[in-house]
Amino acid sequence: MPELSDIWNVLLLRDYNTRLVVICTMLLGCACGLMGGFLLLRKRSLMGDTLSHATLPGVGLAFMLAVALGGDGKSLPFLLAGAAVTGVVGCWAVLLIRNHTRIKDDAAMGIVMSVFFGAGVAVLGLIQTMPEGSAAGLESFIYGKTASMVASDFKILVSVTVCVLICSLLLFKEFRLLCFDETFAAALGWPVKCLDVLLLALVTAVTVAGLQAVGLILIIAFLITPAAAARFWTNQLDRMLLLSALIGGASGWLGASLSAFFPRLPAGAVIVLVAAVCFIVSMLVGTERGVLIRYLRQAQLKDRIGRQHLLRALYEILEAGRLDGELTLRAVPFRQIRGRRTWSDARLRDTIRRAYNEGLVEAPTRDDSILLTEAGLAEAARLTRNHRLWELYLIEYADVATSRVDRDADRVEHVLGEEMVARLESKLQTYRSAGSLVPRSPHPIIPGD
Amino acid sequence: MNTVSRAAPPETEPSPDPKRVPLTIRDLTVAYHRKPVIWDIDLSIPEGKLVSIVGPNGAGKSTLIKACLNLIPRSSGEVMIYGQPYEKERKRVGYVPQRESVDWDFPVSALDVVAMGTYGQLGWFRRVSRRSKALSMQALDRVGLADYAHRQISQLSGGQQQRTFLARALVQDADIYFMDEPFAAVDAATERAIVELLKELQKRGKTVLVVHHDLATVPQYFDWTVLLNMRVVAVGPTEEVFTQENLRRTYGGKLTLLTQAANEVLRSR
Repeated sequence: MPELSDIWNVLLLRDYNTRLVVICTMLLGCACGLMGGFLLLRKRSLMGDTLSHATLPGVGLAFMLAVALGGDGKSLPFLLAGAAVTGVVGCWAVLLIRNHTRIKDDAAMGIVMSVFFGAGVAVLGLIQTMPEGSAAGLESFIYGKTASMVASDFKILVSVTVCVLICSLLLFKEFRLLCFDETFAAALGWPVKCLDVLLLALVTAVTVAGLQAVGLILIIAFLITPAAAARFWTNQLDRMLLLSALIGGASGWLGASLSAFFPRLPAGAVIVLVAAVCFIVSMLVGTERGVLIRYLRQAQLKDRIGRQHLLRALYEILEAGRLDGELTLRAVPFRQIRGRRTWSDARLRDTIRRAYNEGLVEAPTRDDSILLTEAGLAEAARLTRNHRLWELYLIEYADVATSRVDRDADRVEHVLGEEMVARLESKLQTYRSAGSLVPRSPHPIIPGD
Repeated sequence: MNTVSRAAPPETEPSPDPKRVPLTIRDLTVAYHRKPVIWDIDLSIPEGKLVSIVGPNGAGKSTLIKACLNLIPRSSGEVMIYGQPYEKERKRVGYVPQRESVDWDFPVSALDVVAMGTYGQLGWFRRVSRRSKALSMQALDRVGLADYAHRQISQLSGGQQQRTFLARALVQDADIYFMDEPFAAVDAATERAIVELLKELQKRGKTVLVVHHDLATVPQYFDWTVLLNMRVVAVGPTEEVFTQENLRRTYGGKLTLLTQAANEVLRSR
């Protein structure tokens, strides 16, 4: 087990051996997060996968070409250039199939991806028969091999990340328009095809730069996962991209650091697993769209509405039962409340218990009757008044009402203004002026048993 | 044999200056895989008209609009906006596409969407300016969505989404507008509001072409009509071309369902 201080050193980039790898992977993560955001929203995620798989033959062919030209074939920029070329050819093949045959995107991508990958494996096999071919070196492009990362990787990654950053900043609104509504963009005269090509070029650059770190099989996860995770936290594009870059960078940093202590595990796998953990956490607790958060909000809403129903029911029962003048506070039998709405025994008891915890009702008496406290009565009166004012507003001002109604508002005046509320209240009076037995509600209330 | 009926142009007037004619279409044909969708379209729309484009399903109404805006390739023919090809007069053209054309789950607010209409004025690389945002808020206000400016678009109802698209076209401040089914899935109140807006545009001298599906309201809303069924059946002032005979020729047998509505309309005039 590595020492805590060792782990700390690696994380803080103090360890010389791992520093390069961790920084490189962190940069890669940022760039992947950023481009992945656009890729996700452009709905081309699987195209990124096709791209990465199609790079394999390019690596092999570049190696063979380099050897044929007299080099040793290990020049990284050369290999990456080859990767980029076949990667792009693969994407172009998908578009060709899609536009000129009846084959749809998914099948086209499946075909191209597997054919190119197969060709790549064949080329690698061919290289093994060559005297210079230590294909072991080239296979590292499939799974990633951070151990073989050197200073030139760093230079490539820095330039790619800077490129991606600059393009994203300069072309933010253009890419946003392209991803959201390309038809409108085209109608406006934006060169949709060129923007798409630029997007693809940036994704290619990021993919190819990441081949050594994460490998071509997993680079797609690095592209999509941070972006998908970020989506759960915000509904604004700029924040989503920023968060995506941060999550990508953090996954790269943490993943590479951790994998330094597990040399048998491919670093790419560890990094992607870290990103996956981020995704799962985001999916559950992301503040904007996380699954658990939504569930929690729903439950809280149900409770709040249940409490409002209870208080209003109690108030209306008391109101209907009074003879004249003041409302007398008396205990209301459970059965009577139960009959007013479609709630189950258990739900109602639960709501009453919560209301008791909030000091709105007294503890249920021996004969199962519920008594409002002073505070409870005041709250019930406020809720009932609000409810009736909103009901009346919806009737009288139906054309504008839906955008203004806010039932959660403390006071209707806060939303509609004093003057409007005064107008509504005097209208409510006309409902009631016919006699004290006429309910004050804009619609008749059916009394409980 | 010329089967197209048109409102006859007054003989004594000289033909209008092409630069003042918002839309001229000549000999337009659009085909997919050797199957013509619209063919031999010839029409011109004078300035300041509210034009409805009506026809049965598959008549090519959307196709016609998309072909005008160069969104789909033409097999033949030309489209002139104010006497110039579309590319030269883009800034004078506003477009409201169908609502289904986008993913409403996209992380943008209504204001962001409307601001997209100003991107043309902003040009490349510039960020969305304060002026753009202010213009967009004004447009949202005109369509009654000022309170929803910062809502993410999936939180809007169908009619509100449609109105967001409308606001986006308004902010373009164009001279001719193409609208593809703006009244689809919109409630009666919203429909009235949109028509008010269109009439206001007309008062300001703009020309608006609208793909419309509800025959009953055509004479009420639009003063110029194009009856389309893969070719132009009739084009001209609504009161002249919106006749039973023309409707029969446009809708053919499909009119049996619509006959009652059409009769109502014609009777009430």
